[in-house]
Amino acid sequence: MRRHAVLFPILGTAGVTETARAAPLQDALHAYGIQAWHIGRLWNFTLALCALVFVAIVAACLIALWRAPRADAKSTPPDMTSLIRPERGIHRTVAWAVGAATLGLLALLAADVFTTRALGRMPLENAVNIELTGHQYWWEARYLDPDFQRQFSTANELHIPVGRPVIVTLKSKDVIHTLWVPNLHGKRDMIPGRTTTMQLRADQPGTYRGQCAEFCGLQHAMMALLVEAEPDAQYEAWAERQRQAAPAPASDAVRRGRALFLEKSCARCHTINGTGATATQGPDLTHLAGRKTIAAGMLPNDAGHLAAWIQDPQSLKPGVYMPANRMRPDELHDLVAYLETLK
Amino acid sequence: MSIADSMQPRLSPEDAGKLEQTWRDPPGIIGWFSAINHKTISIRFMVTTFGFFILGGLLALAIRLQLAFPGARLVNADLFNQLFTMHGSTMMFLFAVPVMQAIAMYLVPLMIGARSVAFPRMNAFAYWIFLLGGLMLYIAFFVGVGPDAGWFAYVPLSSLQYSPGKRIDIWAQMITFTELASLMEAIVLITTILKMRAPGMTLNRMPLFVWAILATSFMVLFAMPAVMLASTALITDRLVDTQFYNPDRGGDALLWQHLFWFFGHPEVYLIFIPPLGVISSVIATFSRRPIVGYPAMVLAVIATAFLAFGLWVHHMFATNLPELGKTFFTAASLMIAIPTAIQIFCWIATLWSGRLDLRTPLLFVLAFFVILVLGGLTGLMLASVSLDTQLHDTYFVVAHLHYVLMGGAVFPLFGAFYYWFPKFTGRMLGERLGRWNFWLFFIGFNLTFFPMHVLGLWGMPRRVYSYPKEMGWGSLNFTATVGAIMIAVSVLLFIVNVVRSRRHGEAAGNDPWGAGTLEWGTASPPPAGNFEMVPVVHARDPLWAPKSLPTHVTGLSNEYREILVTSVADAELDHRLWLPASSIWPFLAAVATTVLFVGSIFTPWAVVWAAAPVAAATTFWFWPKKDIIEKRTGSEVNP
Amino acid sequence: MSGQPEQKPMQQPPPAPQHESNADGHLLDIMHLPTFAFGTRSPMWWGTMGLMAIEGTVFALCIMAYFYLRSHSGFWPTGGMPPELLWGSVNTAIMLASAVPNHFAKRAAERLDLQKVRLWLVVCMLFSVAFLAVRVLEFKTLNTSWDSSAYGSAVWMLLGLHTTHLITDTYDSLVLTVLMFTGPLEGKRFVDVSENASYWYFVMFSWIPIYGVIYWGARI
Repeated sequence: MRRHAVLFPILGTAGVTETARAAPLQDALHAYGIQAWHIGRLWNFTLALCALVFVAIVAACLIALWRAPRADAKSTPPDMTSLIRPERGIHRTVAWAVGAATLGLLALLAADVFTTRALGRMPLENAVNIELTGHQYWWEARYLDPDFQRQFSTANELHIPVGRPVIVTLKSKDVIHTLWVPNLHGKRDMIPGRTTTMQLRADQPGTYRGQCAEFCGLQHAMMALLVEAEPDAQYEAWAERQRQAAPAPASDAVRRGRALFLEKSCARCHTINGTGATATQGPDLTHLAGRKTIAAGMLPNDAGHLAAWIQDPQSLKPGVYMPANRMRPDELHDLVAYLETLK
Repeated sequence: MSIADSMQPRLSPEDAGKLEQTWRDPPGIIGWFSAINHKTISIRFMVTTFGFFILGGLLALAIRLQLAFPGARLVNADLFNQLFTMHGSTMMFLFAVPVMQAIAMYLVPLMIGARSVAFPRMNAFAYWIFLLGGLMLYIAFFVGVGPDAGWFAYVPLSSLQYSPGKRIDIWAQMITFTELASLMEAIVLITTILKMRAPGMTLNRMPLFVWAILATSFMVLFAMPAVMLASTALITDRLVDTQFYNPDRGGDALLWQHLFWFFGHPEVYLIFIPPLGVISSVIATFSRRPIVGYPAMVLAVIATAFLAFGLWVHHMFATNLPELGKTFFTAASLMIAIPTAIQIFCWIATLWSGRLDLRTPLLFVLAFFVILVLGGLTGLMLASVSLDTQLHDTYFVVAHLHYVLMGGAVFPLFGAFYYWFPKFTGRMLGERLGRWNFWLFFIGFNLTFFPMHVLGLWGMPRRVYSYPKEMGWGSLNFTATVGAIMIAVSVLLFIVNVVRSRRHGEAAGNDPWGAGTLEWGTASPPPAGNFEMVPVVHARDPLWAPKSLPTHVTGLSNEYREILVTSVADAELDHRLWLPASSIWPFLAAVATTVLFVGSIFTPWAVVWAAAPVAAATTFWFWPKKDIIEKRTGSEVNP
Repeated sequence: MSGQPEQKPMQQPPPAPQHESNADGHLLDIMHLPTFAFGTRSPMWWGTMGLMAIEGTVFALCIMAYFYLRSHSGFWPTGGMPPELLWGSVNTAIMLASAVPNHFAKRAAERLDLQKVRLWLVVCMLFSVAFLAVRVLEFKTLNTSWDSSAYGSAVWMLLGLHTTHLITDTYDSLVLTVLMFTGPLEGKRFVDVSENASYWYFVMFSWIPIYGVIYWGARI
């Protein structure tokens, strides 16, 4: 699993990377995609060069401190010989050091240019096209296709095929957000009024976590995204399921739940394909039950959390635009039962 | 006995007394508000900025306590967002730049052998404007309407639609206050440095600290207008519906970023360059030799000042600006390291070839070579567009900015205080407490900020009020909080040191350090007119250079506030000028201006009706006093 | 000084402070130096230049913002109609013409000619009334409002910033004019007149690029 992993060559991180591996994957040091891998290589080179320079400068300083004789400032007359005789030797040394520094800087520039070029050269055949729109505080995803019937929407959790390029078009509905899935690529801003694209590819299957990386308001801290990278066949199966409308209710409770969805204010913001609810203020819920989390990665997707969220989102994530929904416990139970059928 | 004391011809006590009377501030309450002596204003300024530093630090402590544990509920999201906005705004606008201008305001006239700054009333006005602006911001915070969109207030988040109420307007107007103050200070400093240097202090003989202040002040003139324009456009967008930043009506969100960062990048150099001057002063004195490579040092500062204006897009690498353009800014951001490298190598060469006295001021300055250098190197990492896309807006940047700002500015600033406190007060700060202060600060600082590099690489974004436990960020965050507490304790030690030393510190005398620049050639603290007799300069480091004739100026009045004006390049005698007496009008004009600025947060008409008191106050400020004019008309000499 | 109603006799300068003898060259005597000076010799010149640098930068940035917004816009001017040329061009002529009395005021000041200073400052004030009045007409014929689009905002901001400078320049010239009539006067007041004239030139000449951008920026 670690073929493309980037090593973090600083002492004492071995134990530390163990902890990182148990946590959800959201770090720039382990590249699971080609773009992150290129950046990781640049990181290694830059870190090595900068560490060398740091050690050299600190060493020069320490040696200077160690070898210079000590004096009491007030009683020691200053040494003014530099006014009489130019200090050629010292000037030469400084000049050489500056020259070496310049060469180092040029090396960094060259490395950056190479990396930028490499990033721009990812092959794009057979790409998956996703249009990702940032909202306060969730991610709207629309999977694009030349055939309009094959397009579908989802939210907060993306599935992508391993080994195939993904072209993400980035937009924003309100303020500036930033897409960042560090294990796959660097970040890109989602700016209202502008459209940007980002090309990435996952080269290992896995679940990669991303987070909004531009302060976007009250709940900026709780705007996470999950990217599931899976083998192509599994991805296509998932995509096919996403294209289907929601299944018809199979039990009374579920039927009541669906009616509640349509009667209460839910349908004013959310889409569920097949029910006639087509609003896009909030996330598309057609396949809600297939997601691992709700509230943009903040809460696990289970009945308890779902119920609490529906009842009073403000108590869990103050400042979200979803209002509280008061209902009787049995109503809530039915509604949740319905939502759980939306696989 | 230091060289300084032996050189001093003296005025008779009677004349020295008259000189003191002429230049000192008037007594009483009205006198306190009318004070315009540059040293008085500077001390107030330093104390005020230090007060904001403490407030900003307390805000940081609150942030660190909240982030010490995953899922902590010490502060809620709303308060947290205000905390980091207030912390950044305080440190950047109310502390880092003003404190440097404050110190410069005290030291520059002394270092150049002048009795005053060029525009003392405007200097006082700048202080009051600064104080009132800072107060406005904090009053807003304490009543619950503190700004909460970050110190950089990106649109559209900071637009009226997404930030209703007056929070952001208060922030934007705070900018107006503080930038106005800084701009006036810059004009005062530039004019003082170019026109009021003692005879014989050619540009080539000016202390490196004065060069740093000169370069910084020029930068201020060209950088601050950008943020004033940006924030004015934001205020008008919010108040009267202009559309500068609204993409739906032809505006652009990135217009804000360009204008803000065109200011914002030079801003960090405004913070960084004056301490470069401090470092040169301290290293020279404690190495017992002039700094190696004076011409290279001067050119390096000037080059840094110019180059700083060509870097701003590196704050925008994650946007969709053209890639080729971004690469240009990578190259510029790398290139600016060259003049800094020149300075670092010259300082190391000075230490290497000197005889060292490792006193507390030098310790704080030496920290620069570890902390700033590390921060500068992470800066080079961030300069690369590709690397930046991983590191931008993460805790890696938080680490970087604190390493450069604290290593590059705050540590040298503490060194400056330990170095010049004897001059300001006549007493030495305690050396032992100083060492404890230093080591606690150094260790605490690294404990706080080094782990943040790792946190950024491990995926922790900035400006998050909390984080999930599963991310594994808890232990490093906790460590950082422990470090922050250490920093707080070290600052407390500094305050204790200052309070104790004011009363019981060892008497300093004119020149406790055997230093070479002119401020050490007068009493500690200096008399109201700075020098009993204005010196004549014949070399760099005038107190170290061999004595040359003439030594001092004679004929300057001790009845009027008379100053000497010299030529720009060679400081040849040009003419004399009578500076205005103390006046309460700068204070009153500042109050009137405050009413105008604060009023315009609520209604655009405030600009109209509040303009009248401002006009009145400034007119009274300017209007000459008949009795003073008539008394000295007879002494007038035409050019 | 010439022009003052009564000539006060040159008084003896106050006795010099006691000090070591300057016969042996220890001390540099400055008592012969003038007590004011013009042009770059004066700190006031440098202060005024500093102010011009700041305000010039604001104008330059605002002009850049105008073109930046334009480069991001499909239609320019948004809303269809560029500002009417008449009043802006008239005002440009008035402002450029005001350089004449301004020039004479500056020259009179440098010659310490109080009567001429008074005369030309009053003439400058008349020009102020004229260009401020026409400025009102300019605002009325901009053909856009500040809240209609980013274009309108940029145009109003540019004109508004310059107008603020016209108003403050008028006011401080007015104060100076009155002072030159009422006194009390001393040498450096003539330097103030000279520097005020420099600032006047700045406000007038900085108008030219702003005029170009507001009135012609949407036509080309």
